[in-house]
Amino acid sequence: MAYDVVVVGAGVIGAACAEALTAAGLSVAVLDRGAPASGTTAAGEGNVLVSDKAPGPELALAQHSRRRWPHLLAELRDLLGPRRAEAEWDAKGGLVVATTPAAAGALADFAAAQRTAGVRAEPVAPAEAGALEPHLTPAVTAAVHYPQDGQLQPVLATTALLAAVRARGGRVRSGVTALGVTTGAAGAVTGVRTDRGTVPCRAVVNACGPWAGRFAASAGAPVAVLPRRGMVLVTAALPAGTVRHKVYDADYVGAVAGGTADLQTSTVVEATRSGTVLVGSSRERVGFDETVRVAVLRELARKAAGLFPVLAGVPVIRTYGGFRPYVPDHLPVIGEDPRRPGLWHATGHEGAGIGLAAGTGQLLADLFTGRTPETDAKPFRVDRPGVMRKAAADEAA
Amino acid sequence: MSAPEENGQGAGEPGGHGPAAERTGVAGQVAKGPGADPPDADPPGADPPGAEPPGAGRLGAGPPGASTAGPDPAGMDRAAGPGVPRRSPVVVIGGGPAGMAAARAAARLGVRVLLVDSGAALGGQYHRQNSLAGRDRFALPPGVEHLPHSVVWALEPVPGGGHRVHLRTGPADGPGRTGRSVETRALVLATGAYDRALPFPGWDLPGVFTAGAAQALAKGQGVRVGERVLLAGTGPFLLPVAASLTAVGAEVAGVLEAGEPVTAWLHRPADAAAGWRKFGELAGYAALLARRRIPYRRRTAVVAAHGADRVEAVTTARLDAGWRIVPGSERRTPVDAVCVGFGFVPQLETALAAGCALDGGFVAVDAAQATSVPGVFAAGELTGVGGAAPAAAEGEVAGTAAARLLGARAAPPAAALRRARAGRRFAAALARAYPVRDGWRTWLREDTLVCRCEEVAYGELHRSVQERDALGVRAVKLVSRAGLGQCQGRVCGPNVACLTGVPDAAAFARRPIASPVRLGELAEPPEADPEARPQ
Repeated sequence: MAYDVVVVGAGVIGAACAEALTAAGLSVAVLDRGAPASGTTAAGEGNVLVSDKAPGPELALAQHSRRRWPHLLAELRDLLGPRRAEAEWDAKGGLVVATTPAAAGALADFAAAQRTAGVRAEPVAPAEAGALEPHLTPAVTAAVHYPQDGQLQPVLATTALLAAVRARGGRVRSGVTALGVTTGAAGAVTGVRTDRGTVPCRAVVNACGPWAGRFAASAGAPVAVLPRRGMVLVTAALPAGTVRHKVYDADYVGAVAGGTADLQTSTVVEATRSGTVLVGSSRERVGFDETVRVAVLRELARKAAGLFPVLAGVPVIRTYGGFRPYVPDHLPVIGEDPRRPGLWHATGHEGAGIGLAAGTGQLLADLFTGRTPETDAKPFRVDRPGVMRKAAADEAA
Repeated sequence: MSAPEENGQGAGEPGGHGPAAERTGVAGQVAKGPGADPPDADPPGADPPGAEPPGAGRLGAGPPGASTAGPDPAGMDRAAGPGVPRRSPVVVIGGGPAGMAAARAAARLGVRVLLVDSGAALGGQYHRQNSLAGRDRFALPPGVEHLPHSVVWALEPVPGGGHRVHLRTGPADGPGRTGRSVETRALVLATGAYDRALPFPGWDLPGVFTAGAAQALAKGQGVRVGERVLLAGTGPFLLPVAASLTAVGAEVAGVLEAGEPVTAWLHRPADAAAGWRKFGELAGYAALLARRRIPYRRRTAVVAAHGADRVEAVTTARLDAGWRIVPGSERRTPVDAVCVGFGFVPQLETALAAGCALDGGFVAVDAAQATSVPGVFAAGELTGVGGAAPAAAEGEVAGTAAARLLGARAAPPAAALRRARAGRRFAAALARAYPVRDGWRTWLREDTLVCRCEEVAYGELHRSVQERDALGVRAVKLVSRAGLGQCQGRVCGPNVACLTGVPDAAAFARRPIASPVRLGELAEPPEADPEARPQ
């Protein structure tokens, strides 16, 4: 029997797509070459943010996703029970602070533009910022509170989504490497070739994150998805309330939008439910190199201690890194590939995949089943400029 | 021996918090350090019969992948960049038998050496010096700079070849640690191993120690962990611990060996030959046990500890060949301390940070102690646990090879090569003779803590991993929180891997921050290193 859809990649994006597809009544198998939720997803901080995005298609998807997450988690709770659906969702809100006069102006303009797009971006007088974050540096020149920002624990969220897939009769297979697709008439997908044999299906979703470019190429339809490395520092557990929101420096926005290979860091400081504080995050284009660079860790630490001087005395107990999937125009790729009927992509979410997953899954399932999506899907289409690359065979020809 | 000392908890801390140390129980002591004290039972030098002389030429061969001999193999230049200059010192990490021997060997060949050690005094766990004695027993030749109280918190490759070692020096809990980074083209890792503790009901009670921690307290400070103490675990290294406990006046109620080592040795005559001298040593300990009327029981273990605020009694039981409890064999014994040691876990942080390949959970090395990474050597218990004398032999070989890599002229150290080779055979034989059997998992109850830092009980671990279908090490940690706490899986990692079926136990040992460092320390601008090349 052929599956309606095989999703390749059991990270948060693949899991969200599979969940939405099974919710729509389709038969789904999810394949992962390793263990589910162990790649980019496991290296994420769990950001569900609207605050870091300028008005545009990504913000629209982020807003959609932000609306969707609490409902999705409630549906998972109904289906799986509270324990198995637990994802440590916390609508804690974000606080973006500027510490220089120049950054204060930029932040004010940015927030004003976001408000026109429906984001709740509430200016906070510098003197009042301390009421929201008692340990924040007094050197604040401007602050904006984003009550819509949230957080969840990415691995819990992903495993809960996959549990829902299984509960609806879907299949999740670990340790199965997808090698390409089989095709039939007019080049349409008829199955996924794997190291464990071919899995017949009507369609395949490429949710391979930073490795999506490789799978797409093996399916004969290359896309420009590249890895960008990020590192996060984790402190020992601190008393509750030491850091209350997602707090980040206003220069974060610039780093997200940038595309240079040079190291970029911008401070994001937040506590987790277990009491540890996460300090992110860096962005480096170093391919899939996993070597830790101390200079990156130093930069993260320096900026975090600048935002929260109290953190200087706190032990850092680990660091972890991951590869974010990015596309040169910094927009996700969601939709069917016109070159290969039945091949769908859901990737390129860079550092926002956790937050954008709920909306992405719904968007993809809507497109797949012919429903009108809640968010305009056109900006994410595969055949926009700069995304599709020539297949090796084409180039040779 | 770097990282865990950083946690600053537990016994054996210089300055001595005896009673406080007891309160921290096993995790405290394990987290405290490379606890174990491999054998006082070491053969004094000669080789077992049948040990073949190693190919003398191999030492000069250099690391795999850079086999074109010569002190400065082009193979080191992995990436663009000038690399670390040749005049860099040999950097040795760890001041135990292997590290000291490596430093001496390299310095004797006229190469500058920096010896980095987390302890206050040289000797490591094996030669742990009594902090009250006041005089250092170990002298190093001129040319060795000894950096005590120093931990390596990160290690990174330098483009073009070589490594940069990031250090903090000073008391772990003090605010005044100083930072330094050193570059080297010849790095010797001698970070040792610490004992593995298996969980059992009550193992988190104060009064439960690792054998190595008890040994360290006895030898380092003359402190006994209890009045009436039971030793349990597997392997011959429990015996010298019994001797040390006896020496500080503790009553040793028994030594419980979970395995069936005699049978295991007899099934492999070659192994028995490799260890025959060790048997002679062990006979000495057996005589001591007999003199003191200390029972030694095979296929027996402590399977539960009892007590309100600390250990008051334990349940011992006979085990079958797979280490399951033989029904009806449980006995309750009153004791006020238990010491456990189920083999050793190598301290792999720096080796993994350097990218060294592993073999059977230990760092893979060739005859010259070269790892899979050019310019990185490993010696001692990182490569297998055979005791202090083989570790020192490996250290001498590694130090010589490191010096040659930097251009020193030296003949291969034939005697050390022979001893190192014999030691490796012995370590392998020991590992085969004293395996940890899976039956220990049946000792656990639902509420037995597996990860003590994050207080994850066995039932909870099992449930979260099952319900979430977690498979890889990252997912297992993040759905259960096991291994995410203060000790970063140093204590629970191998056990969690075994309980959850994670295939790659060493993945728990990947800790790019090899030892906790304060955020403020990280934030400091890097100390100018006199060795560092201009950036």
